[in-house]
Amino acid sequence: MLAFILILHAVLGTTIIVAGDHLGRRGFAVAAIAPIVTLAWLIPQLGSLLNGGDGGPAITQQLGWVAGLDLAIDLRVDAMSAVMLLLVAGIGVMVCAYALGYFSSSKPGVARLAGLLTVFAGAMTGVVVSDHLLALFVFWELTSITSYALIGNDDRNPKARDAALQAILITGAGGLAMLAGLVMIGQSAGTYRLSELATVFADQPPSGAVLTVATLLVLLGAFTKSAQWPFSGWLPGAMVAPTPISTYLHAATMVKAGVYLVARLAPLMVALPMWRPLVVTVGSITMIAGGWRALRQVDLKVLLAHGTVSQLGFLMIVFGAGTYDLAQAAVIVILAHGAFKAALFMVVGIIDHQAHTRDVRRLASLGDGWRAVKVTSVLAAASMAGVPPLLGFIGKEKALLAAANGSFSGAWVMTVVIVAGSILTFAYSARFVLGVFGRLQDPEAVDADHPMVDGDAPAPSLAFKAPAVLLAGASLIAGLAPVVVDALVRAATVALHPTSHPKSVVLWAGVNIALWLSVAIIAVGAALVVARGRVTRIQQLVHRPFAVVPTAERSFWALVTGALRSAKRITRIVQNGSLPVYLMVILGVASVVMIVPVVGAIDGSSPWIGSWVHVPVTALVVAAAIGATVVHRRIAAALMLGAVGYGMAGFYVVQGAPDLALTQFAIETLATVLFVLVLRVLPKGFVDRVPAVTAPLRIAVAAIVGVGIFVFALVASQSRDTVTAPSVSAEMLDRSVPDGKGSNVVNVILVDFRGLDTLGEITVLLVAGLGVVALARTARRSVMASTLLRSPVVDASVRLLFASIAVLSLYFLFAGHNQPGGGFVGGLTAGAAISLVFVAGGIESVRSLLPTRAWVVLGTGLIVSVLTAVVPIVLGGAVLEHAVFELDVWLIGTLKATSALPFDIGVYLVVVGLVLMAYEAFGEEIDEADIGDARPVAEVAS
Amino acid sequence: MTVLLALVTALLFACGSWLLMQRRLTRIIIGIGLLGHGANLLLVTSGGSGGRPPIVATDGSTDLATLADPLPQALALTAIVITFGVTAFLLALGYRSWQITGDDMVEDDVEDRFLERRRTIDGPEASIDDGDPITSELEVGEGS
Repeated sequence: MLAFILILHAVLGTTIIVAGDHLGRRGFAVAAIAPIVTLAWLIPQLGSLLNGGDGGPAITQQLGWVAGLDLAIDLRVDAMSAVMLLLVAGIGVMVCAYALGYFSSSKPGVARLAGLLTVFAGAMTGVVVSDHLLALFVFWELTSITSYALIGNDDRNPKARDAALQAILITGAGGLAMLAGLVMIGQSAGTYRLSELATVFADQPPSGAVLTVATLLVLLGAFTKSAQWPFSGWLPGAMVAPTPISTYLHAATMVKAGVYLVARLAPLMVALPMWRPLVVTVGSITMIAGGWRALRQVDLKVLLAHGTVSQLGFLMIVFGAGTYDLAQAAVIVILAHGAFKAALFMVVGIIDHQAHTRDVRRLASLGDGWRAVKVTSVLAAASMAGVPPLLGFIGKEKALLAAANGSFSGAWVMTVVIVAGSILTFAYSARFVLGVFGRLQDPEAVDADHPMVDGDAPAPSLAFKAPAVLLAGASLIAGLAPVVVDALVRAATVALHPTSHPKSVVLWAGVNIALWLSVAIIAVGAALVVARGRVTRIQQLVHRPFAVVPTAERSFWALVTGALRSAKRITRIVQNGSLPVYLMVILGVASVVMIVPVVGAIDGSSPWIGSWVHVPVTALVVAAAIGATVVHRRIAAALMLGAVGYGMAGFYVVQGAPDLALTQFAIETLATVLFVLVLRVLPKGFVDRVPAVTAPLRIAVAAIVGVGIFVFALVASQSRDTVTAPSVSAEMLDRSVPDGKGSNVVNVILVDFRGLDTLGEITVLLVAGLGVVALARTARRSVMASTLLRSPVVDASVRLLFASIAVLSLYFLFAGHNQPGGGFVGGLTAGAAISLVFVAGGIESVRSLLPTRAWVVLGTGLIVSVLTAVVPIVLGGAVLEHAVFELDVWLIGTLKATSALPFDIGVYLVVVGLVLMAYEAFGEEIDEADIGDARPVAEVAS
Repeated sequence: MTVLLALVTALLFACGSWLLMQRRLTRIIIGIGLLGHGANLLLVTSGGSGGRPPIVATDGSTDLATLADPLPQALALTAIVITFGVTAFLLALGYRSWQITGDDMVEDDVEDRFLERRRTIDGPEASIDDGDPITSELEVGEGS
């Protein structure tokens, strides 16, 4: 069912994207189906999953992936995953409902947002339910990619493109580092499963350089994803995305992925000496810097973005500390943050949508009908600020208590950081509320184009504000009656720290140090609010000396432009535009690299001549190859190439490869006809232009290539005798008759043992055929009617020959499984028959051979082969699994056929189709005037 | 692999590479054909010194040790057919090139030449930054 949910997201998302603007904003109504299904599946399971807070058995599902590499998509939902799933799916539903009010249907690209959002939700679901580290990585990268598309959806806005690029470069680079780290962890622990890592590291705590480096790399991924300092620059930039997207990705879900991974790893990795200092330090800087910056913003949305950065730092600290009581606090905070931050973002979106500004300086008064929105923002901001009786207060209180009582070194520093960060959080939460209530208006920011909003903003509809109100309400209810989240929070804590016994979640935990700290936070925070004018001046004062220090933002772009600049420099040096020069470099380097290591290994054991038949064949091949190289007449060169091919067929016969020889003969005939067809339009001879590279240099490189191949061929064949591993070929010979049901081992390999390769190959042929016709038939000029003189004698003999060759080709096809032959050979023989027809009667005669056109034959062939490959899967077998059929036919006897035959028929049809396509492309009659030194079309047209 | 066949293979590769470095598409296609032959010969002869055709009797009476290695043959067979497809495609390219330019000459890459030209016009350092930092699009025609 888990896999079904993931697939549902993907299918639904792509469907919405494809439907596109037909759906418009209704796309979000369709998109909501996916999270609703997730919730409908998850909620009934919660009882057993939470087991009253003690944590029940996890729900698992395994999908095979690459069994040989022990790669599987292991899905696993425990209580911690359930927390994340509730956030992803619950807020997903809310965001979809909210987006219906936010977007107008007429705007293009809205449905694409909905579709991408669904795909993203699926990827995010995948991240939190993956047990296998590599599956987790794949989903992780999918969230980065979909996030890129979502931020950059408005692709005409350069700001959106910049922000999207920055986001994917930072999170993508972190993701790559993380992949390296995950592989290192998986290899050294012997398992890639998170659930098994826990037992491995419980028995033997992680230590050593490898695991330390691996953990650093993984943390790099987590820090970039969760916008930790110094990688936090992309998150405020990403606020250019539409608010529903920001709400979902950049407040509730995606940025939590890094925190989630740290939460999973902290209990295991905290034994590494560098873990806690590093994670807590980075989290602390992020928390303080984010809060400090949020306090300076005038754009409500950017204020929230910096606030999110700060809160992510907070989560990083409390999860990263790696103790169970802090983890419990973190689970509460992650739930609370999801609810209040989503509500606040929605409020900003509503104000932006109705009043057309998010600038607090231009908000004087919103007008009538805004009470619900204002109450919502007060409640949600209070939860963010940690004011009782909201859920945010409970989480913060719990964190303060656990940190103050923490027994690890540095616990008191952590307490101080949380207190300081919380004071800033209180201050910017209050700033948000004051802004919404119009207390931060500043006439200087108002001009004709940007008027003050003064009671003239139309009130939002009930449906538009309902999701925000509900989320804020949830923060209040869960705060007043924490029993609703108690079991979930405790079970999630147990999932992270299996041996712990977390206390119940309560609003009033008695008079303790945390309470006093909370009182202090609120008091100092309130003082900051009251003295906000002075605070602003101090901030400006503090910032002045720091102005010379480059910000993370500027460093990032300096890095990007620097990389582009050096890329251009290198391009100038290595890429001068001449293809022969490139080839020379490639061929020369490849040959030298090949020669140097093996040249000493030649032991002179190779015999000079294997078979005397080789000598005359060699003479033919060598003469023809040199001829083809030096001759300056096109058709002559093509004919020489054909002669080389026939010589090759001779080698194959001696080698004991009749299938190859047959194929080579047929191909060579066809290719020669093809060459002649094309080359007849080109000038007969050519003169070489002044070459980009001097001739001696080219000859030198060609000679190096020759030497390289010579050395390689000798060394490779020498080492064949020293290989001790069992031969694949021997196994194929053994199994050909019993498993492949065929005597011709080459054919059995093609249609059975390596049938998937053949399938790929005929697909390439199909593409080549389409390319040939598309290229040659573009801008074809009008063709003169056929004026070919037809001789009745030739016609009659061709008809006779055609019939016999066609029968022969069918014989090759049907006998090919046991005798030399097969689909390729049969198809090529049929191609030769078609060539005969063409020579006698031109393209019209070829067309009249078949009731359909060339591309139909080509396509039918591929479809037949694919069906043969796929049908066994439907019947419960493996891809390309073949069966034997025996038919008793009266008088003839028993006919035996295997299901490899239809596969070979497909191959046959593809080859015939390719030949037909070639004639379609080049076979049209050509105006006599165009033959020889013809004028080009371009000139004719002008 | 005997020394003789190794020499033939080497010659095919050398001739093919030399033709590949020419500017006439016709010669390049011929070169690819020769390279294909060389590669196939290398592939097939890598399977040892040959033997009887790899056809196994159903009654098990065949001595498998005397048969030629079937796997390189199967690989070479697909390679031969693919080379044919590639040749047809390249011929279509040549045909098209002739339709458009009246020649089958492979010209220098325009973009690369353009970049080269910028250096000579603008000096080595100048105007690297003026492209769009994201797409690195250069503004065509400026500086001249």
